[in-house]
Amino acid sequence: MPIFASLLFIVIAILFPLFAASAGWHGLLGIVIPCAAWAVFVFGFVWRVVVWARSPVPFRIPVTSGQQRSLSWIKADAAENPSGRWGVALRMFLEVALFRSLFRNTRTDLYKGRPVYGRTKNLWLFGWLFHASFLVILVRHLRLFSEPVVPMADTLAAVDGMFEIGVPTLYLSDLCLLAAAAFLLLRRIVIPRVRYISLAQDYIPLLLVLCIAGSGLLMRHFDKIDLVAVKELASGWICFVPTLPEGLTAVFFVHLFCVSALLVWFPLGKLMHMGGVFLSPTRNLANDSRRRRHVNPWNAPVKVHTYEEYEEEFRNQMKAVGLPVDKE
Amino acid sequence: MKGRRGGLIAIGIGLAVFLALATYPFWHAAGKAMPVPELDLETPAIRALPARLCVAPTAEMKTRHMQILDEWRTEVVRNGRRTFETPDGRRFDRSLTRTCMQCHSNKERFCDRCHDYAGVKPKCWDCHIVPETPSGEASAAVAGKGTLK
Repeated sequence: MPIFASLLFIVIAILFPLFAASAGWHGLLGIVIPCAAWAVFVFGFVWRVVVWARSPVPFRIPVTSGQQRSLSWIKADAAENPSGRWGVALRMFLEVALFRSLFRNTRTDLYKGRPVYGRTKNLWLFGWLFHASFLVILVRHLRLFSEPVVPMADTLAAVDGMFEIGVPTLYLSDLCLLAAAAFLLLRRIVIPRVRYISLAQDYIPLLLVLCIAGSGLLMRHFDKIDLVAVKELASGWICFVPTLPEGLTAVFFVHLFCVSALLVWFPLGKLMHMGGVFLSPTRNLANDSRRRRHVNPWNAPVKVHTYEEYEEEFRNQMKAVGLPVDKE
Repeated sequence: MKGRRGGLIAIGIGLAVFLALATYPFWHAAGKAMPVPELDLETPAIRALPARLCVAPTAEMKTRHMQILDEWRTEVVRNGRRTFETPDGRRFDRSLTRTCMQCHSNKERFCDRCHDYAGVKPKCWDCHIVPETPSGEASAAVAGKGTLK
């Protein structure tokens, strides 16, 4: 069922801009919705991070797969079980840049009635491809947001289109994004166990990304668009002089609306793992539970009765029965 | 308490990095105008035309000129068909330098303006030599490296 709800959402996300574009609501589609979506994205993102940062993290959670730092003659694994700040930074880098924990993914199969465990790298490979190509595409779009174009966007575009397939050049990142998003979506639909736990909020971002990539490829290679008009629109946003150039097509408005929908969706759902990965207690805390005392920050103040106070209270009685006292 | 302060500093740095990246286009554009490129269509060859018509309507030329050029290249290099006929019966030689650049004779003030603006690096000049700008026009684009920035 969630897949049908998600499909309905996507159909609306495509039909609404098509309808609005034909009704002539270009100001709404080209300026109001994208700018509002960007504001929701930035403020929502900061808000979510602040809420997370305010929650206390009382304990170190050493979810590890390496030897912790111990005696000098036992070799410690600094990246897998860090004992200090640099180890944590290394583990976080491996997690964010290379998806280290997905690399450890395993798969269980029944073999002659027995469960057999094996390694599987599909999810890691396609997940990484998905994120990496998304990042490349995002940086390439800087050519529409900078004048003169930032060299990074130029360089990346040159590397991305190095095979020079067709005119305009086919970007490898576009292909990778489409393939990886399709894999991630099919995985949720085809594997029964994953389908069982998949919700609309798992399908919708993937479908939105597929829509964005599809409409982008359409504009680049088939239903061609006037790039100068697009950059004029984009520079209107960032220079705070909203302009609505002529020549923006319906496909462009679908692209822009899906991007806006994704931006609004971002702080509201699981896409916040972009900020959240840095706040994972299992990733960002060093395993030093045995070497440093960590006091629970929300411990209630306990009323204690020290021995000095006890002796003060009962000194006379203690003396009377002949018990030794520290102070006479 | 010391650990909590360290955490707050880390959160602050993280949020600052996020905000800097998310608002980067605004900082990059701050205090600068991003003027839309204007093409120079006043070349002697265009002025001499009886009617200002390209090989296809302007809207199509804007979005599809690179595909038209690619088709022309295939037709000439692979199929040997040099003559292009428009739907309204005008005939042209399928040639970048002998047809397109007869009218659009100034690369710097025509091709480069939009290409620089949109961050496009066409491969035309990997093989072709930029024709010399006819006399009577400003600035010579001989090497093909010069761009208006």
